[in-house]
Amino acid sequence: MIAKEKIVELEATASKLRQHVIKMICAAASGHPGGSLSAADIITVLYFYKLNHRAKEPHWAERDRFVMSKGHAAPILYAALAEAGYFPVDYLHTLRRIGSSLQGHVDMLSLPGIEMSTGSLGQGLSAANGMALANRLDKRASRVYCLLGDGECQEGQVWEAAMTAAHYKLDNLTAIIDHNKFQIDGPVAEIKNVAPLPEKWQAFGWHVVRCDGHKMEAIIDALEQAEKTKGKPTMIIADTIKGKGVSYMEASPLDFHGKAPTVEERDKALEELCRREKKT
Amino acid sequence: MSERKMVATRDAYGKALAEIGKENYNVVVLDADLKVSTKTVGFAKAFPDRFFDMGVAEQDMVGTAAGLAAAGKIVFASTFAVFGSGRAWDQVRVSVAYTRLNVKLAVTHAGITTGEDGASHQANEDIAIMRAIPNMTVVVPSDGVETEKVIREAVKFYGPMYIRLSRPKTPVIHDDPNYHFRIGKGEVMRAGTDATIIACGLMVALALDAAELLAKEGTKVRVVNLATIKPLDAELIVNCAKETGAVVTAEEHSILGGLGGAVAEVLGENAPVPMARVGLKDTFGESGTPEELLVKYGLTAEEIARAVRSVIKRKH
Ligand SMILES: Cc1ncc(C[n+]2csc(CCOP(=O)(O)OP(=O)(O)O)c2C)c(N)n1
Repeated sequence: MIAKEKIVELEATASKLRQHVIKMICAAASGHPGGSLSAADIITVLYFYKLNHRAKEPHWAERDRFVMSKGHAAPILYAALAEAGYFPVDYLHTLRRIGSSLQGHVDMLSLPGIEMSTGSLGQGLSAANGMALANRLDKRASRVYCLLGDGECQEGQVWEAAMTAAHYKLDNLTAIIDHNKFQIDGPVAEIKNVAPLPEKWQAFGWHVVRCDGHKMEAIIDALEQAEKTKGKPTMIIADTIKGKGVSYMEASPLDFHGKAPTVEERDKALEELCRREKKT
Repeated sequence: MSERKMVATRDAYGKALAEIGKENYNVVVLDADLKVSTKTVGFAKAFPDRFFDMGVAEQDMVGTAAGLAAAGKIVFASTFAVFGSGRAWDQVRVSVAYTRLNVKLAVTHAGITTGEDGASHQANEDIAIMRAIPNMTVVVPSDGVETEKVIREAVKFYGPMYIRLSRPKTPVIHDDPNYHFRIGKGEVMRAGTDATIIACGLMVALALDAAELLAKEGTKVRVVNLATIKPLDAELIVNCAKETGAVVTAEEHSILGGLGGAVAEVLGENAPVPMARVGLKDTFGESGTPEELLVKYGLTAEEIARAVRSVIKRKH
């Protein structure tokens, strides 16, 4: 059982990361708040609880690796890396500025800590598979994690990679779907339905766990089930809310997929997030 | 024209790969259900732990290659040239080239000599679309001997590479087994002062034949094997233009954007001279034997010689 204090600490961290996301996207005047906020709790658990990583030694050979397949959620990953000590928190406001390492979509060459450059959806899981195969070849116990969007699951390559991971029995791989039910043009179910996701991944040979993607204990529990699963990769389908933590984004996720909050919207969002942080 | 030994560059690749597997445990090979055709089968049999068949899933193969490379492996990924360059172009661009990862796309069945399978299987645009991607190195070996050298250099060289190989047996034009291939350096294979033929792949042998034909007419033609299309040996190209005053390119690829395009870019900016491009004239191929197709689509020594005569006429 994980201590209550740790959960409270993770929740506070997630709130801090969400505030960074809002501030940096507002400062950049562009970026993707909705899918960054929906992934905030998952990313928090990974970087502040689960991943075996060293901020001061980002290329440490034994590290666990995280691949952000939905590369537009770059802001939440940058926020986590900064808070974890990869680079100064002050640097976050350079997001999307010319010359910054904080590219619009994650770029492994410009920022240590980024394991794979993405942005063209559908490519991350294949790369994660490759890393998991390399870990096995080199007899490293490290794990590989990969975060996908639910809309992203419309990409054919995702299913090619799904077959690969199952075929090669990559039990050192945990993938997570940020199941926030929205993509750009509308609800995923209306644009091109990917349901039933659990059954699809099961049919592709994966161990599937479903969890509340905004409950720390539930995310931790799902990740631990994945670690215990032998002989197959695990897919965690995390039920999330696009724009989570900011009321007006939750209410109209389609307006905040790829649009920056105005200064007034930013202040309202920060106020809400701070209030919530105090409550926990 | 003397009798030459015939070797398919894909066979030379398979042989080199199997040898390298013994020497370097860090080399991993991927294929997409074509291991017998691409000749990775030798490596697959000898080193089953380091060979992964990705099935008919080229995009996933390229992405998996990127992941393996990110974790420190030297990865060769093989399929037919059309699929490796075209089907997986975005994966090559983002997962392999943008990341500058150590992935070697060694693809076979390039060009029209893929033959009977027809247009869907003949990659005539791959050089153009691969060389347009930043960080990519593009190499088209001229024969079996050079292919082995290229594969060995590829293991030593860190970074993404596209290596273009052919299906049929083609003439071996490098007699010296100690021939040293250097990435980015062209090779003058025949001296001459009246014009230069710059060729790659199996067209180098035909360029040498064309030079022989022209010699009978008293025309002295220089022949350059430009195996590396990117980075381009611009210095050599410019020198050839200045010294011989006319250039013909010859490639088993579209005249748009490939070797001819690359050479034209350099000459246009640095040394404009009369120039002609021999290659596929913005057309798809069709089924036929490699020999028939080369003739039908104008990829012959006679055609190259005709182009040389025309550029020489335009010199003064
Ligand atoms: C190959 C590709 N096509 C289109 C896009 C443009 N795009 C960016 S985000 C997005 C929607 C993604 O939806 P989802 O995966 O559900 O992400 P989330 O809702 O979690 O942000 C699209 C289509 C892209 N980045 N890559």
